[in-house]
Amino acid sequence: MPVTTLNGHEIHVSEEGFLTDPTEWDEGLASTLATQIGITLTDEHWNVIRFLRKDFEEVGETPTLRRVSTVGGIPIKTLFGLFPQKPAKKMAYVAGLPKPVGCV
Amino acid sequence: MTSTDATPAIVPSFDSEVGPGRKLAIICSKGSLDMAYPGLILANAALGEGAEVHLFFTFWGFDMINKKTMGDLKFTMLGNTATHMPQGLGGLPGMTGMATSKLKKSIADLDVPEVPEFLEQIVASGGHLWACRMSADMNKLTMEDLYDEVEDIISASDFIEKTEGAQLLFI
Repeated sequence: MPVTTLNGHEIHVSEEGFLTDPTEWDEGLASTLATQIGITLTDEHWNVIRFLRKDFEEVGETPTLRRVSTVGGIPIKTLFGLFPQKPAKKMAYVAGLPKPVGCV
Repeated sequence: MTSTDATPAIVPSFDSEVGPGRKLAIICSKGSLDMAYPGLILANAALGEGAEVHLFFTFWGFDMINKKTMGDLKFTMLGNTATHMPQGLGGLPGMTGMATSKLKKSIADLDVPEVPEFLEQIVASGGHLWACRMSADMNKLTMEDLYDEVEDIISASDFIEKTEGAQLLFI
């Protein structure tokens, strides 16, 4: 696995750039990751990121958009607004988690 | 702001692979439960990848957007050799109901929504739903009878015009 350095954080990432070790993530890194993909984090983004981290910890899998909306209570439309074009991948990236594997 | 290292940081290129320019047109022509899902799943996946998606419901596919039938699509073993069951079984009374509820359960177990809720999710993700003019006329249905989020009843040529340059899937 490649190692990359972002804002002083040395992190292990997949070939695409997703963190492979969720424990290397912290909230400071999240802001850096977001900046890398052109997103400035607001409270609403943080709501999503904290849900993703919590759900991953409990389930062991990155939640899909549907799960963030049905379990996390954040509407899909909002997710597309916060993380435009590819919300599922973008929010997983910022949260330091693998890409979601679910189809729906 | 980022690193002072000589090697550039590895960052996913989210916007370079599938830009907002990619467009997908899906024609849904079947009204059985098992044939409704492929179009919905692919539409949802394409929207999640940033593509513009248009679904056109025609012929039996109208059952997917008809308020009376959309929540009650069925799956039958009859004529479907992929169930690997004797065909005669499929014709017994109650078999279609049993096969339908089994399939619905398998789908729900994967946390995949039922057809009406799935359409809602597709619309929330920015997908467009269109109904076929000829199918509406044949069945004497109007916008009143259709799922509220269907944008309009349009002709086949209108759909082709709307989806110029799109990749097309016929299901």
